[in-house]
Amino acid sequence: MSVSAFDSSGERLPDRGRAGGAGADDGVAVTPPGPELAEDGMPRAHYLNADHSIKSWLLTTDHKRIAILYLISLSVMFLLGGVAAAVVRLQLTTPHGVLTGENYNKMFSAHGIVMVFLFLVPSIPAAMGNFLVPLMIGARDLAFPRLNLASWYLYMIGSLMTLGALTFGGVETGWTFYTPYSSIYSNSNVTLAILGIFLAGFSSIATGINFIATIHKMRAPGLTWFKLPLFIWSTYATSVIIILGTPVVALTLLLVVLERTFGIGIFSPELGGDPVLFQHMFWFYSHPAVYIMILPSLGVINEIIAANTKKRIFGYTFVAFSSIAIAVFGFIVWGHHMFATTQSMYASMVFSVISFLVAIPSAVKVFNWTATIYKGSVEFSATMLYALGFIGLFVIGGLTGLFLASLATDIHLTATYFVVAHFHYIMVGGALTGYLGALHFWWPKMTGRLYPEFWAKISALILFVGFNLTFFPQFIAGYVGMPRRYAFYAPEYQIWQVLSSAGASVLAVGMLIPAFYFLWSLKYGKVAGSNPWGAVGLEWMTSSPPPTTNFEEVPVVTWEAYEYHPIHDDDKDMTVPSPTAPAVTAEERNAS
Amino acid sequence: MGDLPFRAPAASSYAEDVDRLFFVLVGLTVVFTTLVGGTLLFLAVRYRRGNRVDRSRPSSHNTLLELGWTLPPLFLALGVFFWSAHIFTKAYAVPDNAKEIFVIGKQWMWHLQHSNGIRENNELHIPVGEPVKLTMISQDVIHAFYVPEFRLQRQVEPGQYSSFYFTPTKVGRYHMYCNMYCGTQHALMGGWVYVMSKADYQKWVASGGSQPTATGGAKSETGALTLAQRGAALYEKYQCGSCHSDEAVQRRRGPSLVGLYGKMRQLADGRKVKADDGYLRNVLYYPSEYPLAGWSVGMPSYKGTMSEEEVLAVNAYVKSLTPGAVPAAPAGSTTEPPAANTRETEGGNQDPNAPAANTPNQQWRYMYGGEQ
Repeated sequence: MSVSAFDSSGERLPDRGRAGGAGADDGVAVTPPGPELAEDGMPRAHYLNADHSIKSWLLTTDHKRIAILYLISLSVMFLLGGVAAAVVRLQLTTPHGVLTGENYNKMFSAHGIVMVFLFLVPSIPAAMGNFLVPLMIGARDLAFPRLNLASWYLYMIGSLMTLGALTFGGVETGWTFYTPYSSIYSNSNVTLAILGIFLAGFSSIATGINFIATIHKMRAPGLTWFKLPLFIWSTYATSVIIILGTPVVALTLLLVVLERTFGIGIFSPELGGDPVLFQHMFWFYSHPAVYIMILPSLGVINEIIAANTKKRIFGYTFVAFSSIAIAVFGFIVWGHHMFATTQSMYASMVFSVISFLVAIPSAVKVFNWTATIYKGSVEFSATMLYALGFIGLFVIGGLTGLFLASLATDIHLTATYFVVAHFHYIMVGGALTGYLGALHFWWPKMTGRLYPEFWAKISALILFVGFNLTFFPQFIAGYVGMPRRYAFYAPEYQIWQVLSSAGASVLAVGMLIPAFYFLWSLKYGKVAGSNPWGAVGLEWMTSSPPPTTNFEEVPVVTWEAYEYHPIHDDDKDMTVPSPTAPAVTAEERNAS
Repeated sequence: MGDLPFRAPAASSYAEDVDRLFFVLVGLTVVFTTLVGGTLLFLAVRYRRGNRVDRSRPSSHNTLLELGWTLPPLFLALGVFFWSAHIFTKAYAVPDNAKEIFVIGKQWMWHLQHSNGIRENNELHIPVGEPVKLTMISQDVIHAFYVPEFRLQRQVEPGQYSSFYFTPTKVGRYHMYCNMYCGTQHALMGGWVYVMSKADYQKWVASGGSQPTATGGAKSETGALTLAQRGAALYEKYQCGSCHSDEAVQRRRGPSLVGLYGKMRQLADGRKVKADDGYLRNVLYYPSEYPLAGWSVGMPSYKGTMSEEEVLAVNAYVKSLTPGAVPAAPAGSTTEPPAANTRETEGGNQDPNAPAANTPNQQWRYMYGGEQ
């Protein structure tokens, strides 16, 4: 049974047919002009085989190749951060641990620094955003292709500096670099690590500027703002946060280096500075940074849900503006990290009430996704499982955030394992699940091959179970009162830490399975064709992998976003094939 | 299951309020998660592909519905905010009769000074039912004083005092943690809070706080002098009187300190500041930043000569100087600090008051019990 992405309203065909599609199904009634196919069914010429030399990769200005460069480097970062996490979990299985306090401190610092600054912040924007933004808006590349390449080099130089600092001697300040510990007291490689993060930050800024310029200036004819995919809206909101927030943290960290290296008093009271000032400046960026991590994932979930229910996202404009609202409100809640400092009680109240307000646009998104499923045609594909898992974890992560926005409970729970659990629900349960969902959803577009659907479903389930087993016990440990960043702890907390470490090993299995089948699929995966999910969106109207120029002809957009024809299962006409690309059905995919 | 540590005792008046709010939030979380998750799964299963159900007239937007699911959570959130803020203000509403105890955080121990002169390391003994206000400062990096059973923590910052107010409601022994990452031995910076019955507390005070309370743990200093008396001795040691004694004040060597605490001070640069704990400390350390109106002679800085602990003692003495009151006098020798203080030296992370046997291993056993 073939599933149609579009209805049979033939008058729109000429517009849609341009980008063309490849495919195996010769029974298609309307075969748009597509690329020439090789024997294995892949397009004969695409961005991956355009040139095989190393130089052609290292000096490429093709956004898709830069996305692949990011994808590879991000995977290495994720692996390194994951190894540090494994050591941390091992240490915490017993109250007295196996490492010394100093080595443990270096380990959790390495985990936090790598995961936040070198993986999560650049993950979806730099890898998926780079690949998708031009394809989704019908552009040939980003607005500034060379700046795009430069930002990858900045990211690599910065990452290598930071990794060097972490490897040779280590850093033991935590990823938060609180002063005056980081500026005066720590004897570790703080300066080098900070300079690396500073450079990586400018890579983000360059990418953000590139996205904003591209989205403003390079949309295909007819593609107005409210016809954009919601992933573009969330990428846009993310970019705004990046260019407003990242310079602040970059300069704040530079001030730490100035105080550390030249003794210029800014944060240390011994030098006439104010240590709480650092917390204000740090969280001014680092709270919005959480939205840098989660907003792109929220965008991804829209795309996945629409494609898997074959329905327009319910309340498109509310969802679009909720991203903007999150970006704006996100900048005025930083003080909720500081309720336990000497911050004035009244300032804390203001930050608290705004933090409650910022929860509302997130709730709006969740409600709208639920309404989208109503009367949809839901396929329980691997990507849909990732999306459903994401929503569950995001809801728990968001609601437990209210415990920390709430003043009275926060000054008990802050800096305990409750906070650790909460932000992992958002940053791993949310951002990382979204990243993996995105990787699955667009993998066929990026590589031209399908991953094995069965194993992808298994891994999605293992991840969900492993994740909850890892992080849910930490809520309880935190409520009972176990402080975070403790190398050693009281025996009464051990049960929760053991459960957490057990969950982490399940989680690791759930992460390794995709690593294997993704690599396997590069050679043995079934050829995907242009549009394996029967999804709408410009990126599905070009071949997989796309040609270097993305589209053979610039598409002209005359339809709304997510213009799916609702599928009636009792309607025999639903088997009308897509005008743009023959769809691969679930059964066919499962057979691969 | 009964043995699983799901909850720490609620041992302060604040803790009971927090727990009530906490469990209401837990309830809301469960209800919302179940509602959203249940609806999502129900709809996803019902509208699964291939299932023959009515999918006619699907809608893609409905403003009334959007408002319907935006406004109730908004009002609910605001309700929680007000309730929570109301509890939060109680942590700041310190009554006048609160017992003031001074806390100094340093890498990696807590040093506590009672007004009656008893000093403790990594231990705090307090009577049940009496309000306590901790006035805290750090000697180096930022720490945080955290007692989970009180459901309360506050950062302890270098350079300025913070306060921590609570009323213990249950007799018992509770964790005292540092909950702001402060370096190598962060996880070993802490000890125990002993909330005692009033009678036990009286006995403890009468014995000078020397009753052994934990095996291998820190012992309280025997406080022969009250904090203000210690301050008076230090006042003489540092010759504060050469400018601030009645006689020196007559000769306009310096302003009188009698009745100073709590007054507004007019500074030469036009500022008006309240002479609170923070002011008294800062004037000792950074006098040039507080030029007093009408005085051309500056005070020398005691930064580097007077430790945070000594500052607290001197200021306890200055606070005792009220018109008509008999100032605390240093008992015994007037030039030498009392014997109990002879180990007091300046600077460094190694605290002279720390128990001699305080290796990481011993500290681990002290804080976390014997299973090693």
